[in-house]
Amino acid sequence: MNAVKFAAVDSWVVAKRDLIHWVREPVRVFANLAYPVISVLIFGLVFGSAMNVFGGGDYIEFLLPGMFGQTIAFGVGTTLMMVSMDADRGVTDRFRASSMSQTGVVAGRSIADLVNSSLELLVLALCGLVIGWSFHDGLLNALLAFALLLWLRFALVWIGIYLGLLVKPEAAQASWMFLFPLTMFANTFVSPELMPGWLRVVAEWNPLSSTVAAARELFGNPGVGGDSWAAQHSLLLAVLWPAVFVAIFWPLSVLKYRNLSR
Amino acid sequence: MVAEGLRKRFDKRWALDGFDLAVPAGTVCGLLGPNGAGKTTAVRILATLLRLDGGRAEVAGHDVAREAPAVRRQVALNGQQSTVDDVLTGRENLVMWGRLYHLTRRQAEARADELLEQFGLTGAADKRAKHYSGGMRRRLDLASSFIMRPSVLFLDEPTTGLDPRNRGEVWREVKRVVAEGTTVLLTTQYLDEADQLADQVVVLDTGRVAAQGTPDELKSKLGGDRIEVVVRDAVELPLVADVLGPDAEVDPDAFRVSAAVTDRVAALTRVASALAAKGVEAEDIALRRPTLDEVFLAITGHRAEARA
Repeated sequence: MNAVKFAAVDSWVVAKRDLIHWVREPVRVFANLAYPVISVLIFGLVFGSAMNVFGGGDYIEFLLPGMFGQTIAFGVGTTLMMVSMDADRGVTDRFRASSMSQTGVVAGRSIADLVNSSLELLVLALCGLVIGWSFHDGLLNALLAFALLLWLRFALVWIGIYLGLLVKPEAAQASWMFLFPLTMFANTFVSPELMPGWLRVVAEWNPLSSTVAAARELFGNPGVGGDSWAAQHSLLLAVLWPAVFVAIFWPLSVLKYRNLSR
Repeated sequence: MVAEGLRKRFDKRWALDGFDLAVPAGTVCGLLGPNGAGKTTAVRILATLLRLDGGRAEVAGHDVAREAPAVRRQVALNGQQSTVDDVLTGRENLVMWGRLYHLTRRQAEARADELLEQFGLTGAADKRAKHYSGGMRRRLDLASSFIMRPSVLFLDEPTTGLDPRNRGEVWREVKRVVAEGTTVLLTTQYLDEADQLADQVVVLDTGRVAAQGTPDELKSKLGGDRIEVVVRDAVELPLVADVLGPDAEVDPDAFRVSAAVTDRVAALTRVASALAAKGVEAEDIALRRPTLDEVFLAITGHRAEARA
C-alpha cells in the first residue's frame, strides 16, 4: 500500500518540478506553442488556397487534425530532451541512488508531458476554431479524438525515455531532424493518395497517420478513408499502434533505467 | 564500508580489477587517481548504481548487490556534476528532495530550513539557484545529500571546477559533516584535497590499488622531508651542494639544490649558518614534504594527469 502511495507522491513531485519549469521559463512553452500556431496560419491561410483535399473538403478542416498529430509527435522530442538532460546532469543517478519509487520517476515524466501536450492541443484547437476549423460529430466524439491523440503521446513518452537514456542532450537536440520528416511522410498535411507510390505506402502505414485519420473521423473532418487497409481501419490502428509502442518501450525503458551505464 | 576484490568490466577493459577497500565508520577515505583510474566506477558500485562483475562490497553493514534498497536508505551520492535544479529556489530544491525521500511536506520544509541554516544559505533560500555562485551551488547540492542524515556520503570530485575560495568553503562543510560522524568516500584528482580532508588515501591506478595509507605515510614513503636552497647565481650552486652533503640534487635551471634530511629544524639552522659562513646569500631556504603529486609519480611511474 505504501509503495502505491509513495509512487503517487514521487510522480507528483517529479511532475511538479517540470511544471514549475514551464511556468517560470515560459519562453520554452511559447516557443513550443508558436511553431504549431504559426504552421496552422501558414499552411491554413497561405498554402491552404492551393491545397487539395483528396475526396474534397475544406483544407483547414483537413489540416487541424494533422497539426494536432504533428504536435503530439514532436512531444517525443521534449521527453527525449528532458530525460537525457536529467541523465547527463546526474539527476537520474541521484534518483536511482535514493529510496524513491522508481515508478514515480517515469510516472512523473508522463504526467508532466501529458499536461504539456494537452495545453498545446488546447491552444491549437482554439486557434483552429478562430480560422474556421470545427468538430461536427458532437463533443463526446471530439473528446475521444483528443483522448486518442494523448494515448499516442503517452506511448511516445516511453520511446522518449528509452532514447533519452540512450543519447546525450546534444544528440537529443538533433532528433528534430528525424522527427520533422516522420511527421510529414504521413497524412498530416497532404492526403497520401496524392503522393508517389512508395511514399504513399509509408505515409499510409505511418502510426501517426492512423491517429490523425481516426481524429478526423471523430471530429467529422474531411480526408477520411482511402483504399489501404491501414486507412480503412484507422480507429483500430490508432488504439493498437500506441499499445505496441508501450509494449515494446516500457520494458526496454525499465531495463535501460535499471542498467544505466553498466 | 568494505570492498573485497571488486571487478568491473566495460566492454573488454577492466575498469576495476581486484579493488580492495576498508573504511572505518566516521572517517574520510580519499580515492586518488587520474581520469580513467576507476575512481568513479568504484563509487558507483558502492552507491548501488552499477552492478559488479566480481568480488563483494558492504556499505553501512549491507551487501551492495543483495541489499541495495537497504544501502540506499543509508547513503547519499554527490556526483561530479551539480544536480541542483536552476529554475527552483534553494529551498524548493531541498523540499523536492525531502519529498522524494518520503518526508511529509511539513517535515521536508522544516528539514530544508535546518539545512539552509547549517550550510549558510538562509539568506539565499528564496533565490533561484541559477543566481547562485559555484560554491553556493555545491553547498546546496551537499545540503540536499544530508536531508536523510546518511551514515555514508559519496563525494565524487566535489570541487572540480571550483575556484580556490569556493573549494575552501566546500572543504569546510565536508569537515563539519565528518565531525558529526558521517563516513565519507571522496574521489579526487586534486592531491591537496586528499591531503586536506582524508584520514586515509587510496591511490588507484588502472583499476587496482597502487598504494594506501595516511597522507603522511604516503609522503614519508618517498624518503621524508627535504631541504631546498635556492640561490641567485648559478656559480653558488656547487658551494650549496657541498653544504648539503653527498646526496644533494642540483637543479641548475631553477638555481635550486635539495637533499633529504631527517632532523628538520636542526638541519635548517645548520644549513643556514654553514651557508652564511661560506658567504652564500640564499634566495630561499625551506623544508618541504613531498607533494602527493610526487608521491603519485613515484608510486605509479607516471604523472597524475589525465591520460588519453
